[in-house]
Amino acid sequence: MVTIYRGRPGLSRRELLKRGSAAGALLIISGSAVLNTSEAWGLESTTLKPETIATLIQMARDIYPHDQVPDRYYAIAIKSHDELAGKDADHKALIEQGIADLDQKSGAGGYTGLGWEEERVAVLKQVEGTPFFQAIRGGLVVGLYNQKEVWPIFGYEGESYSKGGYIARGFDDIDWL
Amino acid sequence: MAAPYDLNDDGVVVIIGSGASGGTLGNELAQKGIDVVILEAGPRIEYTDFINDEWDSFGQLAWLDNRTTGGGWRVHKDFPNLPAWIVKAVGGTTTHWAGASLRFDEHEFKALTTYGKVDGANLLDWPITLADLEPYYAKAEDKMGVTRTNGIEGLPGNNNFKVFKAGADKLGYKECHTGRMSINSAERDGRMGCQQTGFCFQGCKWGAKWSTLYTEIPKGEATGKLEVRPNSQVLKIEHDDSGKVTSVVYADKDGKQQSQKARVVCVAANSIESPRLLLNSASAKFPDGLANSSGQVGKNYMRHTTGSVYAIFDKPVHFWRGTVMAGIIRDESKHDPSRGFVGGYELETLSLGLPFMAAFLDPGAWGRSFTSALDHYDSMAGMWIVGEDMPQEQNAVKLHGELKDKYGMPIPDVWFTDHPNDVAMRNHAYKQGTALYEAVGATRTFPTPPYPSTHNLGTNRMSEKASDGVVNKWGQTHDIKNLFVSDGSQFTTGGAENPTLTIVTLAIRQADYIAEQMGAKNI
Repeated sequence: MVTIYRGRPGLSRRELLKRGSAAGALLIISGSAVLNTSEAWGLESTTLKPETIATLIQMARDIYPHDQVPDRYYAIAIKSHDELAGKDADHKALIEQGIADLDQKSGAGGYTGLGWEEERVAVLKQVEGTPFFQAIRGGLVVGLYNQKEVWPIFGYEGESYSKGGYIARGFDDIDWL
Repeated sequence: MAAPYDLNDDGVVVIIGSGASGGTLGNELAQKGIDVVILEAGPRIEYTDFINDEWDSFGQLAWLDNRTTGGGWRVHKDFPNLPAWIVKAVGGTTTHWAGASLRFDEHEFKALTTYGKVDGANLLDWPITLADLEPYYAKAEDKMGVTRTNGIEGLPGNNNFKVFKAGADKLGYKECHTGRMSINSAERDGRMGCQQTGFCFQGCKWGAKWSTLYTEIPKGEATGKLEVRPNSQVLKIEHDDSGKVTSVVYADKDGKQQSQKARVVCVAANSIESPRLLLNSASAKFPDGLANSSGQVGKNYMRHTTGSVYAIFDKPVHFWRGTVMAGIIRDESKHDPSRGFVGGYELETLSLGLPFMAAFLDPGAWGRSFTSALDHYDSMAGMWIVGEDMPQEQNAVKLHGELKDKYGMPIPDVWFTDHPNDVAMRNHAYKQGTALYEAVGATRTFPTPPYPSTHNLGTNRMSEKASDGVVNKWGQTHDIKNLFVSDGSQFTTGGAENPTLTIVTLAIRQADYIAEQMGAKNI
């Protein structure tokens, strides 16, 4: 089984290998799995190529960049495309061709080879009107922001009925006005 | 006990819809001893089953049947199949509404007289005045338990309101308070007080906010004179050779078509479904649809001039805590053409949870400009703009030429384009909202585009003359005397105020008229 190490753009493979899992958000592709050793999670791809999933995770972060949100939530947010691709050959083609197009537009190192977010965003700008981009972006609006585990990162408290609402829990506690 | 009525009982008043108008009208008629059947398209979901989660609740309550849109409004681009955010359930959109309960101002019933002719606008005076409605407004306020009326205390201000009020004071606004809300500030009418839970739009799980679901409807049912049939989607209203309506055809919970005979039919299905139903009921005698001799059915679709202003501060606000619409500024609701537009608008606080903020702050936007706003979600404050929009004939609910629902009926196609007056008003409101928040130290503000419509109005408008509109001053159609329109589609013009109080008021008044006309055997 071939293991491909793919890291954050800006780091050469040599640097990545040197740093190993200490590199931070290092995505490793092993067989059909995308692994993140520092966050200790893996995502098994069923239909899409694992490289495609790794690129989708980067793309998701570039579309809705929140530096305080770990990769795993972006991975969860795009996972539905792998599931849908398994049921719908058209969707599979949409995603695989969309990612191939991104890589092609990004030059020799592909999309994830572009070091700066600005460079990747410039590529995304070229495709933002495409059904591929809109499928990814549209899916993220719910797929990312509706994860209950993500809410506390933004301070959002979610359901409150079971706690008796906020009448005794700070609905009017602002103290800086 | 809820009365069950026979499908062949031709003595009943059939009301289509159970929301602010249908639920109220049904109870009012039942209290007078009149037999009523309410046909409601959606399921009956009791308030304890509401969900404190934006998307899950949306799936539970929202009207999600396919609709199409057209015209220049941004909703057409961002939410092409969701022109309106309204509810398909017993209680209708009173489960979802924020609770703001404001009377129209006197001049708003005389829009044409007050504003004069406005190019491109189909303005008309209402055939009624504020004085006609005042006694009924008083009844509605008592029924709904509106705060700041009938000696009912205002709600306490939450964090979002406190920021709003501080800005209002800095700008010199005089009329800013926690609103006239149909949300109990203390226990009243067997319902508890507001617990500041923050999920008003998802249905109040305490029942503190007035909804026909747990006020009017059970009260009407208790008389034994009201039957509510949920999961009953009305397809067509039928008439006899004389042109009187005689029965209502609907698909029951199993999708089977049924026909309920009726003495009187009241259409209370909101401003998209009500005209759709009249148009879909076209017959050899009425080839353009029922009650459409004026050609105005479906026309003059209004949605209020809306928009939001959100702002970020350098300290936390936690604006999702507590009443969603927690306060109001009324100073801009006057008619003052020196601002560059006719009519006025209200500013009302609003908050969204993180999932809906992501969906609605700037639909379609991506990248750091967008995400850095959400990064400061806990330091946001927000307000909603609601102002009078101009009725325009080409803004309309039409029947789709090709697409049909699962019962074979053409789906509604909702067209809307802002009038230049609407744009000028919205821009003024954006400017004022931005200045308000900057006065309190906002570091960044967001003029946020309108959401899918919650205030759907005007598509069966009330008029003195039969040639100008669809219904008379009682909501009775000009063409068919035992056919009524009871919902916000009657509105001749929209006013600046959230419409529910006026819808309920018109329903109470219509109930008196229907009872009197039935008593006199005129219908």
